[in-house]
Amino acid sequence: MSARGTIPREVDVAVVGGGVVGCAIARALSQFELDVCLIDRETDVGFGTSKANSGIIHAGHHSASGTLKGTLEWAGNQQWGPLADELGIGFERVGDLTVAFDEDEVATLERLRRQAVEREVPGVELWDGPRLRREEPNLSPEIVAGLFAPSTGVINPYEACFALAEDAVANGVSLLLDAPVHSIDVVPDGLALGLPEGTVQARVVVNAAGLGADRIEAMVGLHTFDLVARKGEEYLLDKRLEGLVRRIVFPCPTPTSKGTLVIPTFDGTIMIGPTAVDVDDRDDLTTTSDGAAQVLRAARRLVPGISPGDCIAEFAGVRAVATTNDFVIGATEVPGFVNVAGIQSPGLTAAPAIAELATRLVAEQGLALSPEPSPVPFERCPVPVRDLDGATRAERASADPAFGRVVCRCELVTEGEVRGAIRRGATTLDGVKFRTRAGMGRCQGGSCTWRVMEALSAETGRPVDALTKRGGDSWLVLRREDPMIDGATS
Amino acid sequence: MSASRPARPRRVYDVAVVGAGPAGMAAAAGARQAGAERVLLVDREPETGGILNQCIHSGFGLHHFGEELTGPEFAQRAFAEMVDDGLDVLTDSFVVDRDADDELSVMSAEHGVLRVAAGAIVLASGARERTRGAIRIPGSRPAGVMTAGLAQHLVNVRGLLPGRRAVILGSGDIGLIMARRLTLEGIEVAGVFELLAHANGLTRNIVECLDDFDIPLHLSTTVVEVHGRDRVEGVTVAPVGPGLEPLLDRARFVPCDTVLLSIGLLPEAELARSLGARIDPVTRGPVVSSTMETTRPGVFAAGNSVHIHDLVDFVVEEAQLAGRSAAAHVLGGSAPRDNVTLVPGENVRYCVPHTISTDREHTVYLRVRRPLERSWLRLGDAYEKRLRYVVPAEMVTVKVRPRFLEGFSSEALRVDVVPREEG
Repeated sequence: MSARGTIPREVDVAVVGGGVVGCAIARALSQFELDVCLIDRETDVGFGTSKANSGIIHAGHHSASGTLKGTLEWAGNQQWGPLADELGIGFERVGDLTVAFDEDEVATLERLRRQAVEREVPGVELWDGPRLRREEPNLSPEIVAGLFAPSTGVINPYEACFALAEDAVANGVSLLLDAPVHSIDVVPDGLALGLPEGTVQARVVVNAAGLGADRIEAMVGLHTFDLVARKGEEYLLDKRLEGLVRRIVFPCPTPTSKGTLVIPTFDGTIMIGPTAVDVDDRDDLTTTSDGAAQVLRAARRLVPGISPGDCIAEFAGVRAVATTNDFVIGATEVPGFVNVAGIQSPGLTAAPAIAELATRLVAEQGLALSPEPSPVPFERCPVPVRDLDGATRAERASADPAFGRVVCRCELVTEGEVRGAIRRGATTLDGVKFRTRAGMGRCQGGSCTWRVMEALSAETGRPVDALTKRGGDSWLVLRREDPMIDGATS
Repeated sequence: MSASRPARPRRVYDVAVVGAGPAGMAAAAGARQAGAERVLLVDREPETGGILNQCIHSGFGLHHFGEELTGPEFAQRAFAEMVDDGLDVLTDSFVVDRDADDELSVMSAEHGVLRVAAGAIVLASGARERTRGAIRIPGSRPAGVMTAGLAQHLVNVRGLLPGRRAVILGSGDIGLIMARRLTLEGIEVAGVFELLAHANGLTRNIVECLDDFDIPLHLSTTVVEVHGRDRVEGVTVAPVGPGLEPLLDRARFVPCDTVLLSIGLLPEAELARSLGARIDPVTRGPVVSSTMETTRPGVFAAGNSVHIHDLVDFVVEEAQLAGRSAAAHVLGGSAPRDNVTLVPGENVRYCVPHTISTDREHTVYLRVRRPLERSWLRLGDAYEKRLRYVVPAEMVTVKVRPRFLEGFSSEALRVDVVPREEG
């Protein structure tokens, strides 16, 4: 396998890991006069833990006080509003409800409410049964109270990764994909990272490698934390249930997990999950019948109107949980090596605040931070054709006929948008899918897969049998070996 | 945004037909024959013919053309027979929805967004395949799990191979056809696995596609896990018990790099739904009258977008009726309204049409729930007919003649298919 992107010989900062945290850090650093590269082993940014994130921007009253998680959660929540706006990331503050089934749980809600007051999270209110049923009539009648937090939001996590990385690249960050780091050597004036096809020397390395962060740390001889891989399964429900709940519904939290939630996603589908099961295999992205049963049971306890027949798709993600149960962010005894590890929930929420903190830690390693004199403003993705009115659709299609040709009928995605996504960095079927929604609808790619493959082949110049679903060995088709034809041409 | 936008092009038709597969072509022809002058046939693909274009096997047209044709041959003949010069054909064009002015909005590279005003619409948008998500197969999500129809497109239209060793889940006709097709392409088919105790495809396909090629069919067996990180590496299969629950102690691993799903078709009824037509929860297509009119006046439907057919010949028959009815709706002279609702009774999953009229003859299509060797088809107390072997996979066709219902005065007619003792 060969890395994609030009490997710079020397950089000021190498960010290892292109999940939402690494992308946010690279973008934050791109606003200064620094040479930065962002490195990921996968074929696209956000293809690890981030892709399977529940997509919630938490209000900041759930995490325990005195933790890094708790400190960065609310700060991140506040930064997402302007950030999503600037980068055109789907984000909406739908609010959340944490619900109680009995008096013990009401006491927990009361504790969370006090925590919200301490952290100055505004607008958090305890609702009684009648108020709850007025606001969310489809909740279980057995729920006796709910804690409402208006500042909780839903976001498209993969969109966040793509936009952050794109903005970073526009401002000079080198993006290296399909590039697993296999070694880090301490060299004079920095660290040398061994990649599949070369070496990058960096003055500072930020270890944001998610599930691989302990292995990256070990490459410089450190062992400052331990990671547990915690798998979560999520189930997407048919759009017919849109509006079943308007806010994210949480059960009362337990010490290990925020529990199984009912989430009205930004795209209007209801998602239920996740589970939280520790797994030995960090690549274990399997869904299980136990997981499905558990999620459905838990979700139906909150919202009885959900039925198993409503599931249209399922997936699993694995998050990296530090055994300290908190984020591991800080400098280490190896000069130039900074850890940003163990970023479990609320990592997505905290990401912009983590990036700010990481930027300070990079500066403390002796790099001067002078603001980039001429930052390149972000060029937002055009509004999806499905969200345009007829007249605007017509204008766009007459300006460029590719915006008149529909590729994905379920989600109304045009060839113009698919080609746009490829020009903005998608190289795989999943890369196009997560940027455009082509293939995410009810036929799950049955009718658009070929058209997307054609567009990928046309834009990248690669034959269709060299295309993949999501990089690596995820090939899609084989060329027919026809002895008659081969014989005739050789 | 400028105040003076360029006006979107607009066209006016008597009848607009959505989808140019066999149903759409037949509906357009029916509308023309019944006197509609301005008829539009629109399809999202670059060619007319619909799914027939990728069905390169033979077996089409025995009823309609009196000979056995391949899918593309059927499509070509149907086009020649049904599509005349008076018909406008728009390909590479997608009907998005109907706007506030009751006009269809049609997107294409050629015309941008075209507005189409039509006196009547025939929906002939066919079906889509059920996907993995619909049956929640546990396991990983590697490349190589695809619907049988997508594999058919890749092999037959694009000349590509989906993999080297395939497992087929579900015994629908497309899966059976693809088992043979893959074998002919040198791909090893490890087996066809069917959850139910009986096959879902036509008997002739079991014989000609599996038996003749020594491809094993495992009934009452299903895939319980998909393996592989990047690409499929195999599946775990297990027999199922009487309640269809997998018997995991008898599970086994089957190595393969491809899993084809042939687990059923669903009518593509999104446009019907968005137009406000009532949808039958059993067929998942629109409820239709004996003239193939949906519950939205002026909106007709035919073919697999109404219910899933086994044979294209019946699609054509049904669609010609829909086209004629659409023309009559515009030109006047509609048939008397239906006065009897068909109620699926014992061992009947559904009947199409949903209603009939006692004044004329109808062809009623129905599907049974379970196989029966010998049975009676009963229309209430009014009529009964001997049926031979019935299976869910094969549609039952009944001619209902006015004389059957002479003296019948109720509004609901129960349809049963019940066991018949030999006597």
